[in-house]
Amino acid sequence: MLLKDEVGMLKRVPLFSGVEPGKLKLLAFTSDRVSYSAGQVLFRQGEEGDAAYVILSGTADILVETDGGQIKVAEVEPNAIVGEIAILCDVSRTATVKANERLEALRIRKEHFLRMLRENPEMTIEIVRVLAGRLSTTTAELSAERSRNH
Amino acid sequence: MDKSLARFIWTHTWRQQIWILVVVALSMIPYFMALDLPKQIVNGPIQGKGFEGAGAMQPFLPIAFDLPFIGSVRLYAGFPLDREQMLYALSFVFLFLVVVNGLFKFYINTYKGRLGERMLRRIRFILVDRVLRFPPFYFRRVKAAEVASMVKDEVEPLGGFIGDAFVQPALLGGQALTALVFILLQNFWLGMIAAVIVAAQIIIIPQMRKRLLRLGRERQITARQLAGRVGEIVDGIGTIHIHDTSNYERADVAARLGHIFKIRYDLYQWKFLVKFLNNFLAQVTPFLFYLIGGYLAVRGRIDIGQLVAVIGAYKDLPSPLKDLIDWDQARQDVQVKYQQVFEQFSVDRILAPEIQALSREPSPPLGAPLTVSNLSVADDSGATLVEHISLRITPGERVALVGTPNGGADILAETMARLIWPAGGRVSIGDGDILELPEAVVGRRISYASSDPYLFQGTLRDNLFYSLKHAPLIDRTYEGPDAQLAKWRLSEAEKAGNPPYDVDADWIDYASAGAGGPGDLLIATMPTLAAVDLSKDVLELGLRSAIDPARHPHLVERVVELRAAMRERLEEEGLDDLVVPFEPGAYNREATVGENLLFGAATGRAPSRRELAADPYIAGVLAADGLDRTLYGMGLDIADQTVELFSDLPPDHPFFQQLGFMTAEEVPLYEALIQKLSGKPYESAAAEDRARIIALSFAYIEPRYRFGLLTEEIMARVVEARQRFYEGLPDDLRDAIEPYDPEKYTAAASVLDNVLFGRIGNNQAEGPERVRALVRGVLEETGLYDEVLDVGLDFDVGVGGRRLSVVQRQKLDLARAMLKRADFVILNRPLLALDQRQQESIMRRVLDGLKHEERNPAVIWVVSSAAMARFFDRVIVFDAGTLVEDGTHETLSNGNGTFSTLVSR
Repeated sequence: MLLKDEVGMLKRVPLFSGVEPGKLKLLAFTSDRVSYSAGQVLFRQGEEGDAAYVILSGTADILVETDGGQIKVAEVEPNAIVGEIAILCDVSRTATVKANERLEALRIRKEHFLRMLRENPEMTIEIVRVLAGRLSTTTAELSAERSRNH
Repeated sequence: MDKSLARFIWTHTWRQQIWILVVVALSMIPYFMALDLPKQIVNGPIQGKGFEGAGAMQPFLPIAFDLPFIGSVRLYAGFPLDREQMLYALSFVFLFLVVVNGLFKFYINTYKGRLGERMLRRIRFILVDRVLRFPPFYFRRVKAAEVASMVKDEVEPLGGFIGDAFVQPALLGGQALTALVFILLQNFWLGMIAAVIVAAQIIIIPQMRKRLLRLGRERQITARQLAGRVGEIVDGIGTIHIHDTSNYERADVAARLGHIFKIRYDLYQWKFLVKFLNNFLAQVTPFLFYLIGGYLAVRGRIDIGQLVAVIGAYKDLPSPLKDLIDWDQARQDVQVKYQQVFEQFSVDRILAPEIQALSREPSPPLGAPLTVSNLSVADDSGATLVEHISLRITPGERVALVGTPNGGADILAETMARLIWPAGGRVSIGDGDILELPEAVVGRRISYASSDPYLFQGTLRDNLFYSLKHAPLIDRTYEGPDAQLAKWRLSEAEKAGNPPYDVDADWIDYASAGAGGPGDLLIATMPTLAAVDLSKDVLELGLRSAIDPARHPHLVERVVELRAAMRERLEEEGLDDLVVPFEPGAYNREATVGENLLFGAATGRAPSRRELAADPYIAGVLAADGLDRTLYGMGLDIADQTVELFSDLPPDHPFFQQLGFMTAEEVPLYEALIQKLSGKPYESAAAEDRARIIALSFAYIEPRYRFGLLTEEIMARVVEARQRFYEGLPDDLRDAIEPYDPEKYTAAASVLDNVLFGRIGNNQAEGPERVRALVRGVLEETGLYDEVLDVGLDFDVGVGGRRLSVVQRQKLDLARAMLKRADFVILNRPLLALDQRQQESIMRRVLDGLKHEERNPAVIWVVSSAAMARFFDRVIVFDAGTLVEDGTHETLSNGNGTFSTLVSR
């Protein structure tokens, strides 16, 4: 996959949809293209986060460690971005991400990602939107869970 | 060292000085003969005196004396020669005397030079020897650069003077006296005039030169201080940058230079004034001769022949006199220098030489306990650091010293290590004060490590085994010319009062490290390196170094096996694409185009890509099938895309870190270049511009930059160009590059590169880390782990060990303290650069490692946090310079004293 194809992929990630193609190309160029084999871990829960990943091909499981063992909370597909939370707010990784099959991703370093946000307000707004959406889903799930337990 | 330079020189060189005096006296005989001979040649054979008749003969070389009372004694009648023969004979005698005089001069000068150099060597050695024996507090006041400048520069003139110290005054004084006596004999009054002026010269000039000496001393001190300041600037360069004080330093240096200039200028003025006066006095004498002598002659009181003889004799007087005065000045000058240095190096409480006496015998284990009795330590200002400390540590004990921040635990440790001398009380082993016991005992039976170790410039190995180099234990044997040289070195050392120890002998005390000899030292060291967690670092350094194939034949021989093992390992783990191997006939996608073209490692300095692209030979290789055009086009494309991406970014933007082939500064340059070159044919581009553009292609790696520029066809052509490159390689390049060969070790490349023999995939997640782990595994499997560790130990640690990290330096210091296998191991917060968890894990391993030795040494560990004390049998707590608690960990932590507060804090 060439740089220009990666730009096309990035364009389809909601977070980057509002960013002009020139900037996206720069982002793609300065990110590392990494490939993982099935079962290889992108990052582990509890580690310090230093990069976000845009999945270019393949799928990965998002796993959370609980007292009862590892549970799978979601699966990510191409065009998804993972690991951005840990680099946004300096917390350790909240989940483990493990490749399901052969997986290609763009690894965006923390400082590059933050720089992009600073230079592209539309990206920041998009991030807020995605995070707010996630928060409301999580809240809804949590209250559903609580009402089920009670 | 003697306070007076003359006495110092005489004590050490009186035999040589007398000998040289004798030789000088002997050399006078041919000298005067050579002076007399021209007169004989001119009068005799040339003017024909004594050869009046045809066929007249004169005796050649008659030996006859006129002795008083006995009359003429004729030993040899001489060889009769005619006029022409006599000319030849006398001329050759003259030539012979010239040679003899020259040889005498040569011998005398060499002898004097050697004498001076030996003394210089002796003085320098004495000075350094004293530095080694200075008490520790002295070093808080002296600057290293000042001491160095004294040893190196200030004693230097002494060497030149020493050879002349006694000969010169004897010789010159003799000459001057002869001339004076001659004048006196000619005419008493004229002689008296000369004597008075000479006396004036001898009295006045040295008086005036006193000021010169004072200035000279000032010059010496200021220059030394300048050296000290320059040393400080170098050492403190970081602090200067941090606080923007470079201009303050400039001002300081300028002020010092100004001061030095003033002194030197004064010196010149005065020096030339003295010279003027001296010359004037010398010239005024003939004036008086003409005036008074002329007057006497006119009055008929003295005949003209006498006057002419006096004036003639006077010619010989000023020059030895002047030299004599110069000699005297040199004498005073070096005397001042010598005294200066002497005072600086005469220090109170300097260690007695016996304390540092060399001992080749192993020092037996100390059975006695370490006793601290009523110890007080004060700092330079007299403030108390610790006081009234008494304790006793028996061999085999594990003691943690815990302290509040100014508790004094570290001070106690430093005192036990003799780094600080007590103000009162003492530290002793058995009955002996540790300051009075020989260093051969305390330096071997007590070891010490701190968080601020000093490493010497040299290899990691030198520094690691530094703690074992007490004496030259295994003499080195020399053969052939080396033996001769070694013998000479030894005899010279003896003549200059230097010790006869051979620095090239084997100084490592293998037995004390638990090894039998050089062969198993590394194996004996491995557990220690592992205990302090340094093995991985050393291995890493080894992997990154290039080796000398002659020193590590195993690695070279087994590299093919190693590569195969590595490949097998990668395949086993399903990681074939983690490393893309180099194959002679194939393109390696993970390497740059340039690497693929050259397919080898640079033996010397690696040339830049631009230099490669501009190289005429490489340009020719590329041009052979038009690859230069292709790469030029590709380079333009790369430049175009890169400029488009980066031209709007400020130069400090973090994105530039990802740009491997262009710096932020080069972006505008390439932007201009594209404008200049785009649309123009390749031929019209200047050679320099072409090189710049092709250099970009040389840096290109498709999987990394993903511009989609490198086609299969280009790759195939690069491989073909590689073949062409090696086929016609000129000799100068042949030595500069070592081609990759799957069957051979590439000496110019690092060990890691040799094992991998390929490039780590750019797209592999955590590629380098995973590869390193695999390489470690493979090295262990093949038994070459030790070998690479050995390579790592050859790493040059740099000045003060600065090429190692602080953590590595601290670990190294701890390792060498352990290696010595002492009876008392004092560790003063040795691992401060690590976090507590890491410190504890190393601490446990170190304590374990020390316990498992047969000797079971006492460990005295100043811990950096009270919690760490739980690993020790006994805990001693310090607060505000006094010992407040002493007991087992259990009792102290259950009590409610200082320790329990420190732990719960």
